[in-house]
Amino acid sequence: MIGGLFIYNHKGEVLISRVYRDDIGRNAVDAFRVNVIHARQQVRSPVNNIARTSFFHVKRSNIWLAAVTKQNVNAAMVFEFLYKMCDVMTAYFGKISEENIKNNFVLIYELLDEILDFGYPQNSETGALKTFITQQGIKSQHHTKEEQSQITSQVTGQIGWRREGIKYRRNELFLDVLESVNLLMSPQGQVLSAHVSGRVVMKSYLSGMPECKFGMNDKIIIDKQGKGGTTTTDEAGKSSGKQAIAIDDCTFHQCVRLSKFDTERSISFIPPDGEYELMRYRTTKDIILPFRVIPLVREVGRTKLEVKVVIKSNFKPSLLAQKIEVRIPTPLNTSGVQVICMKGKAKYKASENAIVWKIKRMAGMKESQISAEIELLPTNDKKKWARPPISMNFEVPFAPSGLKVRYLKVFEPKLNYSDHDVIKWVRYIGRSGIYETRC
Amino acid sequence: MPAVSKGDGMRGLAVFISDIRNCKSKEAEIKRINKELANIRSKFKGDKALDGYSKKKYVCKLLFIFLLGHDIDFGHMEAVNLLSSNKYTEKQIGYLFISVLVNSNSDLIRLINNAIKNDLSSRNPTFMNLALHCIANVGSREMAEAFAADVPRILVAGDTMDSVKQSAALCLLRLNRTSPDLVPMGEWTARVVHLLNDQHLGVVTAATSLITTLAQKNPDDFKTSVSLAVARLSRIVTSASTDLQDYTYYFVAAPWLSVKLLRLLQCYPPPEDAAIRGRLTECLETILNKAQEPPKSKKVQHSNAKNAVLFEAISLIIHHDSEPTLLVRACNQLGQFLQHRETNLRYLALESMCTLASSEFSHEAVKTHIDTVINALKTERDVSVRQRAVDLLYAMCDRSNAKQIVAEMLSYLETADYSIREEIVLKVAILAEKYAVDYTWYVDTILNLIRIAGDYVSEEVWYRVIQIVINRDDVQGYAAKTVFEALQAPACHENLVKVGGYILGEFGNLIAGDPRSSPLVQFNLLHSKFHLCSVPTRALLLSAYIKFINLFPEVKGTIQEVLRSDSQLRNADVELQQRAVEYLRLSCIASTDILATVLEEMPPFPERESSILAKLKRKKGPGTVPDIEENRKERNANVNGGTNHTTTTPNAKVAAAASPDLLGLGSPSPLSSTPPALPPTAASLLIDVFSENSPGAAAAAAAAAAPIAVPAAPVADDNFSSITPESLHVADSILADVQEPTDKFVCKNNGVLYENQLLQIGLKCEYRQSLGRMYVFFGNKTSTQFLSFATSVVCQEPLASQLNVHPKPVDPTVDGGAQLQQIINIECVSDFVEAAVLNIQFRYGGILQNIAVKLPITLNKFFQPTEMISQDFFQRWKQLSAPQQEVQNIFKAKHSMDTEVTKAKIIGFGVALLDGVDPNPSNFVGAGVIHTKTTQVGCLLRLEPNTQAQMYRLTLRTSRDTVSQRLCDLLSDQF
Repeated sequence: MIGGLFIYNHKGEVLISRVYRDDIGRNAVDAFRVNVIHARQQVRSPVNNIARTSFFHVKRSNIWLAAVTKQNVNAAMVFEFLYKMCDVMTAYFGKISEENIKNNFVLIYELLDEILDFGYPQNSETGALKTFITQQGIKSQHHTKEEQSQITSQVTGQIGWRREGIKYRRNELFLDVLESVNLLMSPQGQVLSAHVSGRVVMKSYLSGMPECKFGMNDKIIIDKQGKGGTTTTDEAGKSSGKQAIAIDDCTFHQCVRLSKFDTERSISFIPPDGEYELMRYRTTKDIILPFRVIPLVREVGRTKLEVKVVIKSNFKPSLLAQKIEVRIPTPLNTSGVQVICMKGKAKYKASENAIVWKIKRMAGMKESQISAEIELLPTNDKKKWARPPISMNFEVPFAPSGLKVRYLKVFEPKLNYSDHDVIKWVRYIGRSGIYETRC
Repeated sequence: MPAVSKGDGMRGLAVFISDIRNCKSKEAEIKRINKELANIRSKFKGDKALDGYSKKKYVCKLLFIFLLGHDIDFGHMEAVNLLSSNKYTEKQIGYLFISVLVNSNSDLIRLINNAIKNDLSSRNPTFMNLALHCIANVGSREMAEAFAADVPRILVAGDTMDSVKQSAALCLLRLNRTSPDLVPMGEWTARVVHLLNDQHLGVVTAATSLITTLAQKNPDDFKTSVSLAVARLSRIVTSASTDLQDYTYYFVAAPWLSVKLLRLLQCYPPPEDAAIRGRLTECLETILNKAQEPPKSKKVQHSNAKNAVLFEAISLIIHHDSEPTLLVRACNQLGQFLQHRETNLRYLALESMCTLASSEFSHEAVKTHIDTVINALKTERDVSVRQRAVDLLYAMCDRSNAKQIVAEMLSYLETADYSIREEIVLKVAILAEKYAVDYTWYVDTILNLIRIAGDYVSEEVWYRVIQIVINRDDVQGYAAKTVFEALQAPACHENLVKVGGYILGEFGNLIAGDPRSSPLVQFNLLHSKFHLCSVPTRALLLSAYIKFINLFPEVKGTIQEVLRSDSQLRNADVELQQRAVEYLRLSCIASTDILATVLEEMPPFPERESSILAKLKRKKGPGTVPDIEENRKERNANVNGGTNHTTTTPNAKVAAAASPDLLGLGSPSPLSSTPPALPPTAASLLIDVFSENSPGAAAAAAAAAAPIAVPAAPVADDNFSSITPESLHVADSILADVQEPTDKFVCKNNGVLYENQLLQIGLKCEYRQSLGRMYVFFGNKTSTQFLSFATSVVCQEPLASQLNVHPKPVDPTVDGGAQLQQIINIECVSDFVEAAVLNIQFRYGGILQNIAVKLPITLNKFFQPTEMISQDFFQRWKQLSAPQQEVQNIFKAKHSMDTEVTKAKIIGFGVALLDGVDPNPSNFVGAGVIHTKTTQVGCLLRLEPNTQAQMYRLTLRTSRDTVSQRLCDLLSDQF
């Protein structure tokens, strides 16, 4: 189990130090600073073993969060906890920064006391926490004694993530499908590796204890329905096969009834109130690549390099991609760069050793190009330029995995509102993960 | 050097550095550096001409970035361009960059070398200095190749500025250190020496360093520097403190130069020339005198400088080691420092005294400070100083103060620092051994050592104790007692258990008489430690147990029980298991005789360099593996039993054989023992009288009685018969001489075998188990040479198969009055009766002389004495009760029945004389084992004197009847 939790700033100064178990001594704080934060060589492994003590860390901007233990713990559990911890902190005071942590350190200690008990993770559901940890800025909406007393029964009860008696005048539901698409492509346009990791995030404002059922174009479900249904024609199978996607793996929020998912593969749940992540998934097949990058690099003598990069948008012309940024790395001995681009703005950023080309908006099935002349300083170094890949960032209003929400049904048998009365909003956002093309 | 003017301060550089310092994170720093690098790259692109200032600024920035730990792969060209600038600051930065970031780009090196050459040949001293500094800083082979010729030229050129000469000397020193092969010695060497006379003290200082290094390599070339150095030194020493202006440091005249000159002088022996020598002595005296003067300043720099010179002077005095007065004065001076409150001074004083202690002149003077040093050992705070104090105590130790020093070191050891304990232990062990007057003290000291610092007592130390105890009979009993007492302590160190196990196993019998340390008590004591010990110790203890079985048969049962237990017989450790099994079987199967043979006491170790000393040397210097190997081998031999050692121990054996008190035992000296020619007749008569008693004896007596008319002993009669036919024609007079009885050699090993008017034959023998060696000395009593001198040994059948006798060849001539030595190696194959005959043939005055002498090789020579206790003796006595095994002889005493003489004879016979075995104290009882190549024969004897009747009764029991008979015959003739 987790023996202690430390938060450091970028200099390695301890901001928060909470020790849960006696086997973690004071020197553990320094050990992590010396061996990881101030290590000569950059430490890349998130798990470090120093003097029989394991350190698990995540980094948020300049802040290091490190969980320490002397026991043989489940590393995935520890990281899940650390991520949850980040989520909770973000939910309470926004961006995790040194200043915010310093301003909220009483709150953080209170949170740490609540979500970890003797090193065992407890309820880390932000919604639930917010009902009883009300430090600074977070006002408790429920002042009555009854509601206060309900907290205990709720937290210890079967449905720990939702309390009874929630009432909304307008029953509303927001559903976001957020995906990040990762790609590595060869210079010739061959896909070397590609995958999409997606999340379904919901915001629900529903009264009572509603029962929800979520449906999407999962290949297995559709096949099942196709077989069980009356329309057993090949055509139906084909059309559903075209639209259905193969999900490699997925995880769910604790509210989802896993037994039902296992038997019927249907996702039914009683949603928590407010914002939460319903599911996470990953797909590797039939990915729609929103952009194609075609690089062209020509070395003209020892002192000159010509780079031409074409990007093509590969989606419906009616859709608009946003925040497009192409990063073209430059050799280390670059002494000067001239850039010409048809669209957007391009700039040589010496501090990052790259040409950064930014386009605000771009419609589907379009094409744009940039050409750059890079002047090089002859060096006496024999090392050849390693030609790092060209990377890209963007945001598109569809799911590159092809996932579609088919339905989201809400049943509330006790209160008198039906599925039709709930206002539902669905949104798809596809973002770039590591989207690289070799040149 | 020109100062950097304000305008040269590079603002851009300062801004850049402050930017970097303000960076919040490493990433930010890297970004800033990337940006700056891109900026510099664009500036260096080449299309714009940069002015010197910006070039310098950017090169500086690159240098800074490089020093932050980033790779720099450009800018070298710009740096080289800076070298050709005429501005000092620009040139300086260029040289700086190149010194730091030089790489082996051939084009670049050529350019750099060019630039350096230009600077060297310019008349500008600052530029020359910069170039020289660059060469020295880089100091690579390429540099040495390019400038090895130029630098010496600059150094000795008449018109070179002083500061440049200084740099050149140091640059040359550096090149000489990095690539000495590339710096040729040439005609400049002689001129370098004369730099010692230079007006400028800086030049002299630099040159002295150079000369010292060069002189260490080829001292002959720089011999002339001695007189110059002495002159220079004397000028400095005698100068008033204000004379040297710049080179006076806190009222001390040119301390660095003085120190360097004194170092230089340490490369050479004391000067031959009396005048120079006198001058040098004067200088050194002055330095010593100055140390006595009150300090001119309270500043620490003053005393530091003064003491530096003083210590270097003392080093020189020690190095020369020729002036007793100076040495004693130096010693006294150091004695003062021993109590100085400055720790460094105390350290240095102790260190220098260590070397002083080894000089014969000052050893006594050093010894006077013993109390101070001991005090330092106790009170000093700094461990390194204490270490020096230990070293010094070690160095000053001799026979007179060894006890005190060893005691002090031992008492210090209890509180000593862990880091130096092992060394102290070794030193104590060595001193104790080296200066031990009586070995009980030595044993006490070492046991104490193990008690106090057992962990630090290395194997060598305790091996050594055992070696010494085994080699010295006089301490064995004491050692056994002390070890036994030491083992009584509830917690004793494993090393003590090892020593205890070994010593009790060997010599436990020596203290077994005391009921408090009876065999069982000893065994229980050892066994109580057994389970706490490591495997090697346990193995050693098992060996000790089996030795106990041999020493004390009464504990055999107990020990077999222990060996039989599962924890031994089925021990997980192979070595222990094997030992337990083998020892158990050995103790069950083997007879006591075999046990006694197998488990015999260890033979003495050969004398050799103390292994501890070797270890201490190793500790000081690089280790040598063979020594360790040797120790290991030795250890194995110890463990496996003593027999291996016979071949390696002849030296020790010679010493033992040669010592008269071991073998002579008060018997008359060989030369005065001529009378025995007559008594044998009486002896043979006696045999006749008593021969009825035993048939074997009667037969022998009958044989002896036959030639009784001849006034010779029966042995002498044998002598006749064994003379080879060739020798039968020898003259009668000589034949008469042959009838020398060999009986007198039965109980001793040395003496004159034969003597006539021409020749004397002396003997010296030594025997070890079944092997023997005889030294035969042929003394030519005449003044003429013996020619065609030849000897041969004749063994008739069956003797030839029973005894192997190998004489070594001898010279054919023996000069008048000279002695010739012949070595005869003997091996006893089985028991025998006859004697081998030595035939000697030579020409004296043209006449061929033939002499035949019986060699006194008798069966009893191959005895090994066996100690045993009463109970054991009678047990064995009963075992040998078969009628043919016993031979008894009753005979009349031929000599006075002196108890001491009889004892000596029995011991000389080869058996162990056992006291307190026989209930009648006037009886003599002995036991021994006869070793032949094929078998070993245990032998017990009992001699009962009857003083009233002047008779003896001799009873012998051995496991072999022929042996009993032969021994009985031999011994009967002795009384």
